[in-house]
Amino acid sequence: MAWFTRPTTNIKRDPAEAERHVKTEGLWFKCDGCRQILWRKALEENQQVCPHCGFHFKIDAAARLKLLFDDGAWEEFDRDLASTDPLDFVDSKRYKDRLSAMQRALPMKDALISAGGTLNGRPVNICVLELKFIGGSMGSVMGEKITRAIERSITRRAPLVIVSASGGARMQEGAISLMQMVKISAALMRLDEARLPYISVLTDPTTGGVTASFAMLGDLNIGEPGALIGFAGPRVIEQTIRQKLPEGFQRSEFLLNHGFLDAVVKRPDLKQYISQSFDLLLN
Amino acid sequence: MSDESNERIAALEKELAKLRSQVDTGAAGEEPTEVQANSAWLAVRLARHPKRPHALDYIERVFTGFQEIHGDRAFGDDPAIVGGFARLDGRAVAVIGQQKGRDTKQNVFRNFGMPKPEGYRKALRIMRMAVKFNRPIITLLDTPGAYPGIDAEERGQAEAIAISLREMARFGVPIIAVVIGEGGSGGALALGVGNQVFMLKNSVYSVISPESCAAIIYRDASKAEQAAAALKLDAPALLHFGLIDRIIEEPGEGAHTDYDQAAAYMKATLISSLAGLSSLGPQQLIDQRYEKFRRMGNFFEEAATV
Repeated sequence: MAWFTRPTTNIKRDPAEAERHVKTEGLWFKCDGCRQILWRKALEENQQVCPHCGFHFKIDAAARLKLLFDDGAWEEFDRDLASTDPLDFVDSKRYKDRLSAMQRALPMKDALISAGGTLNGRPVNICVLELKFIGGSMGSVMGEKITRAIERSITRRAPLVIVSASGGARMQEGAISLMQMVKISAALMRLDEARLPYISVLTDPTTGGVTASFAMLGDLNIGEPGALIGFAGPRVIEQTIRQKLPEGFQRSEFLLNHGFLDAVVKRPDLKQYISQSFDLLLN
Repeated sequence: MSDESNERIAALEKELAKLRSQVDTGAAGEEPTEVQANSAWLAVRLARHPKRPHALDYIERVFTGFQEIHGDRAFGDDPAIVGGFARLDGRAVAVIGQQKGRDTKQNVFRNFGMPKPEGYRKALRIMRMAVKFNRPIITLLDTPGAYPGIDAEERGQAEAIAISLREMARFGVPIIAVVIGEGGSGGALALGVGNQVFMLKNSVYSVISPESCAAIIYRDASKAEQAAAALKLDAPALLHFGLIDRIIEEPGEGAHTDYDQAAAYMKATLISSLAGLSSLGPQQLIDQRYEKFRRMGNFFEEAATV
């Protein structure tokens, strides 16, 4: 007789048992800022800001909207706008395929969510760029969605917030992307003439044609701590001048010191900061 | 001048001589079939041709009595952008151009035509003056791009370009922009918000240089030819996508073969275009410019999620 035998063959697992075991993988990880071990839940409770060193982890567009809108609720606009690949562009893969892969991987058709809702009771329009979608790059869809959001702000007399995170204009749509810089900037001129406030929030990273258009055109330009913000990317500059760049170059604090940001605001304070600014400008 | 800069100039001269010989042999038919096959790359090479006329070459031939003004009233004067007032067929206008150098010394002085923030702020100052005195504005675009350097970042390169885009949209005078050579991304676009935008036949206008694009997508900057074709950056392509209004003719094999004729074509186009815009009032000019850029890039579909 075998040493080990199964006395009964039909043991039923208690359905609650599976839930008693907790998967520990991915629960702990290292902070990119201070290298301390962090508990993921503690980080989530602190809006993805390291409780030890204040390092701001990147958050996606939907998470950002949740932090800003009252009750984390909003109405989304123009969510079905999608690029038609006007250049028939092919790089390492076809742009069409790249787009559809992104559209499957993320719950969006392009690199931006345009939303309306209330912020501390005040109706506002908020656009948030999604860095995960082809680097948050700006093509014809982003240009159109932001322009419509600005026009909506003018019609409804609602202030505007744009939260940027982008590598710049989308190469795969060529000069069409480039012209979106004008389209959005011109619409912001109309918002300006309508005397409605626009707050630009620049998060890590914001570079290229996005910085060189709407991200720098806020009545207030607000940076998140430690965000890379610039026109040219640091690698391009290093190649041009053939030198290593100094520590902290093109970070939010650097831009604040050089007069291009109005404030550097920590993520947990952002909603209150924006709300107070609108109060001071409008009430 | 220090030894170091002399050395640097010598090295640059050598590099330039090498590139020039490439340009010359290339045009003579090093790889003639490939060149013909890729009209975009041919346009890139002609737009960068060492003998191609630059902004000041056109200004002295198209306008009379050009009086250059300098400085942004805040930091300094940027020689990569020239501007002032002049007469076009007797009518006083503001003219602003991005200026490249011809030889190495000039190129160092002009920073290879790559403007810094003070250049864009000078241009904006001239444009505001033009609005104040009700003068049309003519801009000539020719730059590899806005300068990507430490000092330019410190003084707000992105902000300078962004403000220029927004303010040009606000001006109630006719604005005509002409791409005369390299329309290098946001650095060129900063002066490109016109009621009418033209490109010379062999100029290019692009979101990124073909070399940088090739470095990103093929991880090989030498595949710039392929990238140029993919980017569709030549004048016929931009006209096709509705991003420019008209292509201005160039003489013979390119503007470099006959400066006077190239300038004559530009002058005729500017005069007729300005005459057309003169019937519009300030608000109509602002609206026409707004609507024109508002329509750009309607290359999306609004189908519901599959």
